[in-house]
Formats: sequence, structure tokens, C-alpha cells
Amino acid sequence: MNAPTYAPIRTTSVDQMGLEARADELGSRSIKTSSKRAALHLAVRCIDLTTLEGADTPGKVASLCRKATRPDATNPGIPPVAAVCVYPEMVAHAASAVAGTGVAVASVAGAFPSGLSDLDVRTDDIRCAVADGADEIDIVLNRSAFLSGDLSTVHDEVAASKEACGDAHLKVILETGELGGYEPVRRASMLAMAAGADFIKTSTGKIPKAATPAMALCMAEAIREYAHQTGRAVGFKAAGGIRTSKQAWHYLVLMGETLGPEWLTPDRFRLGASSLLNDILLQLGRLDSGRYGGPDYVTLD
Amino acid sequence: MGGHLPVNKTFKLFIGGAFPRSESGHTFQLRSDDGRLLANAARASRKDLREAVRAARSAQAGWAGRTAYNRGQVLYRVAEMLDARRDEFVAVLRDGGRSDESARNEVEQAVDRWVWYAGWADKVHQVLGTVNPVAGPFFNFTYPEPTGVVVQAVPDDPPLLGLASRLAPAIVTGNTSVVLAGEAAALVAMSLAEVLTTSDVPGGVVNILTGDRAGLLPWALGHLDVNAVDLSGAPADLPDEALADAAENVKRLVHGDATAASPSVIAQFLEMKTVWHPIGR
Repeated sequence: MNAPTYAPIRTTSVDQMGLEARADELGSRSIKTSSKRAALHLAVRCIDLTTLEGADTPGKVASLCRKATRPDATNPGIPPVAAVCVYPEMVAHAASAVAGTGVAVASVAGAFPSGLSDLDVRTDDIRCAVADGADEIDIVLNRSAFLSGDLSTVHDEVAASKEACGDAHLKVILETGELGGYEPVRRASMLAMAAGADFIKTSTGKIPKAATPAMALCMAEAIREYAHQTGRAVGFKAAGGIRTSKQAWHYLVLMGETLGPEWLTPDRFRLGASSLLNDILLQLGRLDSGRYGGPDYVTLD
Repeated sequence: MGGHLPVNKTFKLFIGGAFPRSESGHTFQLRSDDGRLLANAARASRKDLREAVRAARSAQAGWAGRTAYNRGQVLYRVAEMLDARRDEFVAVLRDGGRSDESARNEVEQAVDRWVWYAGWADKVHQVLGTVNPVAGPFFNFTYPEPTGVVVQAVPDDPPLLGLASRLAPAIVTGNTSVVLAGEAAALVAMSLAEVLTTSDVPGGVVNILTGDRAGLLPWALGHLDVNAVDLSGAPADLPDEALADAAENVKRLVHGDATAASPSVIAQFLEMKTVWHPIGR
């Protein structure tokens, strides 16, 4: 194996029991009704509204973008989401649909969701997406190299991807469900941040093992340690299996308690989701009307 | 060695095929006519109602998608299981102050009621559906479809027969139900939940909440994902605002008799759909 190409990074080991207990505890905190609306609005502002399906069409992306800029057609008080997240082929359609609205375009790239193709192909994929108008790029970590212990390759690939991004933000998906535990996730987090990631992200949403609050806490602790070591603030994106408002504010609490309120902005925190937005709209409707809504009163995605 | 310690049952709620405690943690005591403590039962909160409606909604398409024959078989199975536990229900009714004979009578009638409505599963469409004469080259059919999610304030008296007479006609056509049982009928309703859970009734098709029925009804009436509310056992003095809320999503509000058995009771929980189809040449 080659000598590391990156400056040595210290990785703190993880106390699994303590981590899981802490994550659970943060989830059981009750949110007072007076704070709920603010929390839900913040969650909306932090959403990367996502469609990553083989069946995506320009028309579907256009309607997703309309929903992103104005989540509830009947209520202009609900803020737009942070970004729409699409496949590279759809970036140009999304970019024209959200132009001038403040909603960013994020694109997965680099042989998503496996990341297993030639590095040149992956960086070209990134450059194409950026050229088409992507403001943010979501790539996957090379788990194959990571699990083989070839950390230098992992680091260099992320660094090369960061370079290919140019001015676009780079989010690195660790796919925590495939890394095999908290320790490797923490190590992968440090590696991705050292290689230049602007965000680290939990999952692709393409495997059954989705984001868990404990994994998120593990990554948030890594972000805190990295910020402490280097002074650079890296963002966090939770994705995969986040469908309910309750889950969303669990992540908000977790970020706020671990990294502080300065991480509770769309610049440093994102929720990758599709059906979550409808659940939040139903919750906000319930707060406004005092009655329970239903799926007939939000759009079908 | 004598002196077996009695194992008293804790009655919980019945939501989505499971028996959870109330989210609120609240309970109330059920006492017999002579003041003896019968059981602690769960006092459902509005959040339990929300969960029950969610469970009913997610079960509805699958239940309505089954064949009428199959739904009939499931209802017949409920009758079988109820009949097998006849003595238990007689005892529960007697705790409510009924004579042995009247209790036995009611259980038998309730069993018969489930069998009767089971039979209607694959017949009701023929009786209520129509072919309408129209002035054009079209077939014009009207046929019944289930309303969707029904919240039922079931009558307290008679508890078991009243429950059968309202619940069976609601679910036989493919509706799913959230039953709000009054305090007096809580024990009977939760005993029936144990029958339902062993009768191939899919989880979520019937959900049973006990406790503060008058407090839960306004939430049910205002809930936009509820399609009909059965007020047979509801208090007469429901707030006007709650009834106005019910009109928001054009809910069906139905009233019925505690013991009547008729296909027109089934029709209370149906929507009639009319389709035009061109006659080919």
C-alpha cells in the first residue's frame, strides 16, 4: 500500500453505547408548540428536495422545482427549500426552472450511487453537471477502496472531485450503511473533510440501511472535532428514509446540541428527502387550522 | 398448593393490529354495577386517534382490493371466533349488570349479526347497483364503492350487538374503521379486539379506541383524512363548530339504530359511482 498522500489526521474512537443512548435521548426531547412552527420552517429551508429515479423526466423535474420554490401553493408564508437534487441529465432542466428563485440545484455525480467507475469518468461527470448549472455536487465515497484499507485513494479521489467542482459545493456521501460501524464512519468523515468536502452526507437512499440518528451524531461529532482541529466548518446532510416531521426535528435537535446554533442554517445543514416535505406541510396545516389534514390535501409526487 | 393468583388483564388500545397503550399514558377504571374494579382501560388521546386514522388509511386500499368473497370469509371467521369465546363475552356482559339469559341472548345475536353481514359481502353490489336507462347509445351503471376511512361512535347499549350492528356493515364492503367505544362499552369492545386480531382481519381494518369519546369526536369530525363519521352512539350535544368542520371535506355523517340489520345500513357507508360506457355496434 502507498504511503498516505494526506497529512495525518487524528480520529477519536467512538463509544457505541454512549453514542446510541445520546442520539435516543435527543430524539425524545419534546418540542413545545410555540417552537414547532419555527422548527418546521427551518426544516423546509434546509431540505434538498430530491428525485433520483430512472423514471425522472424533464416534466417531473419541472413540477419538483415548482414545489421547491413554493412548497404550498395556498400558503406563500412557507419558505422555499434549499435546493433540488437531481441526476446530472436533469440539471439543465432544473437550473432553468429554479433560475432567479434562490433555490440551488444539486446534482449527484461521479457514478452515483456506487462510485465504481474510472476516476476520469467520474470527474468528467462532475464537470458536465457543473457546466449545466449545478451549484452543488453530491458524490459517493469510494467504499470499495475504503473497505480495502486504501485510504490514500479515497482521499485523492475526493480531492480530485473537489477540484472538478470548481466553485460548486461538494457533498460527500459516506453511505454509512455500507461502512460497517461507527468507527469506520468516523474515520471516513475525517478523511472526506480532510480531502476538501464542504458537506458530509449519510446515505444515498439507494440501499435499505438508511440514515440513523446515531450515525448522524457520529458524523456530527467528527465535524466538531475537525472544526476544532482546523477551524474549517463542514456542513452535514442527512438523507435516506427521512419521511416525517418528527424525524426532521430529531436531526435539528441533534445538530443544535452537538454543533450549536450556527449549524442550524441551510449553509451547514441539509435534509435530503422527497416525501418529508408533504409531511411537514401537513404538520404546519395542523398548527394553522387546529385540525388534522390528509394526503388528499398535498401534491402527489 | 392452592391459591392461584388471578392474572388481571390490562386493556389497551387496538391500532393497526397491535395493542399499544395510550400515547398519553392515561387510563380509567372500569367498575361493575356493584362497584367492583373490573379493569384499567386506556384513555385514548387525539394523537392515538391520529395514529388510528393513519393505520386505517394505510389498510384501506388493500382491504377494499380483496375480493368480496374473501371479505365475507373474514367476517364469517369473526363470527366463528366470537362464538368460540361465547362464555367470556357472557361474563363480560354480566359484569355490566345483565342477567345470564339476556347476556347469552345478546352474544348469540351478535354472532348471527356477523354471519348475516358476512353473507352480504358478495351480494350488496347486486342489490344496490343499477343499470340506468339513458337516452343515448350508452350503458349506464351505478355501483357502490366503499367510502374509505370511517370513524364510528358505536352505541353503548347493547354493547356487543350494537358494535356488531354498526361495525360489520361498515367494513364488509371495504371501508376501514376507527371505533370510538364509550366507557361503558370499553370492556366489550376491547374483548372484541382480541377476537378480531385472531380472525384474519388485516391490521388496521378495525382500530378501537376507548375512553373520552366526546372529547375525541370533534377531532374525528375535523380530520380531513376521515371520509365518514358514524354518530349512532354519539352524544346529542356535539358542538356546532365540529359539525361544520365535518363539512369541510364533505364527510358522510351517518346516524343509525343500535340493533337494526339491513342492507341499507351497509349503504350508509358507500358511495355510488355512475359510469357511462358506449354500446358498441
